[in-house]
Amino acid sequence: MKELIQLYLAFFRIGGLTFGGGLTMLPMLKHELVEKKGWVTEDDLLDYYAVGQCTPGIIAVNVSTFVGYKRKGIPGAVFSTLGMISPSLVIISVIAAFLKQFMDYPAVVHATAGIKAVVCALMLNTVITMGKKTLVNRISVFICIAGFLLAMFTPVPSVLLVIVSGLTGIILYKAGKLQP
Amino acid sequence: MKVFLDLFIEFFQIGLFAVGGGPATIPFLMDIPDRHTWYTRADVVNMLAVSESTPGPIGINMATYAGFSAAGVPGGIVATFSLVLPSLIVIILVAKILEKFSTNPYVKSAFSGIRPLVTGLIATAVYSIFQTALFTAEDGSFQILIPSAVLCVILFALMNVKKLKKIHPFFWMVAGAAAGIIFKM
Repeated sequence: MKELIQLYLAFFRIGGLTFGGGLTMLPMLKHELVEKKGWVTEDDLLDYYAVGQCTPGIIAVNVSTFVGYKRKGIPGAVFSTLGMISPSLVIISVIAAFLKQFMDYPAVVHATAGIKAVVCALMLNTVITMGKKTLVNRISVFICIAGFLLAMFTPVPSVLLVIVSGLTGIILYKAGKLQP
Repeated sequence: MKVFLDLFIEFFQIGLFAVGGGPATIPFLMDIPDRHTWYTRADVVNMLAVSESTPGPIGINMATYAGFSAAGVPGGIVATFSLVLPSLIVIILVAKILEKFSTNPYVKSAFSGIRPLVTGLIATAVYSIFQTALFTAEDGSFQILIPSAVLCVILFALMNVKKLKKIHPFFWMVAGAAAGIIFKM
């Protein structure tokens, strides 16, 4: 029970303290789960993101469910997900009930612009750390750049990119060019 | 009571069919006004703006907002729970299957192929956020937003100072919000 509450609280913090969607949550997930708790490794997080991209639903929720399940099975998955969604439920309900003109306050607009600049710096930092870990040879650099260009400038769905790069990994292993 | 059933049906479907996270739910949210009077299409734009300016996953914030518009606090809760229920089921199943094959060399090599791709996908998110946060003027045209860009560079440098590496990311966000208000960014 104690660990379930810990899971709930960890994801409550992550959900309540990050702005933006699933991917912008990565710096916070890394800080809370990898550096502070040591519950998962950076590689694990990337794997969960890969699964979260290909499965239906909100990526942040998929990742929390995954981490929770790995720690404490189905109850862990439920508590982590509840933790992730609780802050949104409270904050959005308050805004929708009392602050209908939320976006008309100049302070909100300015604060949001400032936070977005911070998210830029945090994300850049995270993608550099992830790059150092995952781009270990020529093939991985190629997969990363090709995936970036295709996802950014063509309508190819990222699910398809995940499947193709997974198959590439298997083919390379078969050809003896990759040690899993 | 019917409104809760309708919310459950609509948001369970979104959770089940929207692959690709928060942004993928927007087309579904845009379709809802065709069938229900909970909110209008124009409201979706405001919902998205609020969801981006408040903590939490954007998809969850949108669902809570839409559910609240339909039936108050209970509506927000029902919509959000319905949205995450398919994820819970699907991810638990996937995690169970992957656990069984976690030592399988094929699964392991597939993931070593996928990891660099995920780095590339994260880079696309970095690209998009840079574009909107630092290079887009209020009217949508291209413009370097100098205060934001300067703030970003300073913070990036500070984050890489050894002694500051352990600082919680939220601290940086509070600092950024304060800077935004002080310098009217």
